[in-house]
Amino acid sequence: MDLDFARLGELTQIFGPSGSEERVAEFIATQLRPYCDELKTDTLGNLIIQRHGSGRKIMVAAHMDEIGLMITHIDKAGFLRFTPLGGVRIPNLVGQRVKFSNGRIGTIGVENLEKPNDFKLDKLYLDIGVSAREEAEQFVRIGETAVFVGDFVESGSRIIAKALDDRIGCFIAMEALKRTKSIHELAFVFTVQEEIGTRGAKTAAFALEPDLALAVDVTATGDTPKAHPMSVELGRGVGIKVLDRSMVTSPQIKRWMADVATDRNIPFQWEVLEYGGTDSGAIHLSRGGVPSGVLSIPTRYVHSPAEMLDKRDVKAAVNLLVALLESSAEL
Amino acid sequence: MLLKRLSELNGTSGAEGLVRDFLRQQIEPVVDTILVDKIGNLIATKNGRLSGPKVMLSAHMDEVALMIVDITSDGFLKFRSVGGIDARILVSKAVKINETLVGVIGAKAIHLQKRSERQRALHFEQLYIDIGAKSKEEAAGKVKLGDYAYFITKCEPFGEGLYKGKAFDDRVGCAILVELLKNDYDAPLVAAFTVQEEIGLRGAKVVAYTLVPDFAIVIEGTVAADVSDREEEGWVTELGKGPACSLMDRTALYNPELIQWVADLAHARKIPLQFRRGTCGGNDAGPIQVSKSGIPTIVLSVPCRYIHSSVSIISEKDYTACLNLVAELLKELPRKFGVSSIAKEENV
Repeated sequence: MDLDFARLGELTQIFGPSGSEERVAEFIATQLRPYCDELKTDTLGNLIIQRHGSGRKIMVAAHMDEIGLMITHIDKAGFLRFTPLGGVRIPNLVGQRVKFSNGRIGTIGVENLEKPNDFKLDKLYLDIGVSAREEAEQFVRIGETAVFVGDFVESGSRIIAKALDDRIGCFIAMEALKRTKSIHELAFVFTVQEEIGTRGAKTAAFALEPDLALAVDVTATGDTPKAHPMSVELGRGVGIKVLDRSMVTSPQIKRWMADVATDRNIPFQWEVLEYGGTDSGAIHLSRGGVPSGVLSIPTRYVHSPAEMLDKRDVKAAVNLLVALLESSAEL
Repeated sequence: MLLKRLSELNGTSGAEGLVRDFLRQQIEPVVDTILVDKIGNLIATKNGRLSGPKVMLSAHMDEVALMIVDITSDGFLKFRSVGGIDARILVSKAVKINETLVGVIGAKAIHLQKRSERQRALHFEQLYIDIGAKSKEEAAGKVKLGDYAYFITKCEPFGEGLYKGKAFDDRVGCAILVELLKNDYDAPLVAAFTVQEEIGLRGAKVVAYTLVPDFAIVIEGTVAADVSDREEEGWVTELGKGPACSLMDRTALYNPELIQWVADLAHARKIPLQFRRGTCGGNDAGPIQVSKSGIPTIVLSVPCRYIHSSVSIISEKDYTACLNLVAELLKELPRKFGVSSIAKEENV
């Protein structure tokens, strides 16, 4: 199977912080229009792509939003103050570049600190290269959001970029929809606002009432020096989620996913994540409950401008998603 | 004055009865239907038969207060907060229990405190309410566990167009809603006075699920921090600069397109508007926005200094501007949603 990783590169570089996912939605809609029967955007901004079928109603979710910053204040000299949008690692911010929707780039600086312990969010500021508030206001408004700058790079079998969380999920879902010959009723949802509380997935699941749901998202790994113990490694296959803070996967779903993977010789790893959650956390609690699973992509340095994953795991994920959608899905 | 009467009424989460009865009596002559749902929300409708987008206005009735959880052998009352109250502001405040019984929040006097005790702020555990009872039996005859204690604060004007009072969060919203209901509109309108906001946005969750409006406007009292020991970038909102439009908080991220629409309209009508430049806290908009398949929601707040304490301060200017801005938004909404740009549908 050949995957067009250059397209993944384009996806990672699109501006799409939580609440402003329109450009990502537009890109995905353009790509998938030939492969679906219905395409719409709902109230919160979720892109819902449906292909009709005769079997079970399966929802596939991948989130379009990436973490970023929101501007809260502009001072007289034109320096900006900000608040995190999603799980931003504050101690890593100094020296990072960020980009606004209009392309303006700034860098993050820190006030002079008397003690290293004084380091915290309100000591940081964003410098966008202006010298007065009025000048800054020509480029940026209060409430406007920005994303981190992080180029797309291929390094051997590995990929490094910003926003692989969760453009990789969008990419895998897109590739699976293009390839699958599933007879089921499919609803591919490219969700909004996952990073700030899985909000898009909640409303989409309510509206769609699926019989089953699968989210595709990144997970952490335990394969770096002195990492927190975790039995997930890059290159060892797609992760099948067992547990995170938002969900414990039901035995039927785990068995279904593992049986299909084994049957098709698709490498997989059981994934137990001790923090974080995914869209499946919101979906599985919708209405009377929706049996839900997660295909996890092992990723190092999640929520940094240089997230890293392995192409082999991506291929395994596409293969597994296609195979799951083509299985009987009678659990 | 409406706000004064609302501010001086007592009604915390789960005990909003007095506030609800007063509001009901105020709006009965100007609305078409009125009901109280199972969790205690007061819901009124107007123009239900007209076509056009169904707009929901909401404000919460409950205020922060104290709950009696134990009576000591000496007849003092131990308590916990209902909603977020800073324990450091409690000592030496007068409170009222069951509408008639007065108490004073006490602690060891400064003379009796050890040096180490003086250096630390008092916790709930060290504080008690003194109702003048001499024994546990005497106190138990006047108070039950689970009773509420409220701050005793008169609502009064002072300074240049300022008011001080308790419970402005969110009686300002309730007062504005009542005034808005008195106006005429040519679209269906639902007003929801919600319960239990302060302890987890619970009333609003039920209301949004039942009513499923096309659009929601939440009217709130919010933090103003334009005070001496904070730098300008930490002010969140300022008194006298108009209502604050929320950008993001712990429960919701507001649609940038809607925020821009509010800002443009305020500018066109020459109504002052500021942004809520902080992301702490949350309000009823959180559960409303993600109810069922999603409801477009905005929040406009009257800035309150010293919020969640025995006495806060608001500016009459902000109150009036908030009222006027929501009135203008209501006039514009049918046009905005006639050609909806929020939800797009396309068949291929």
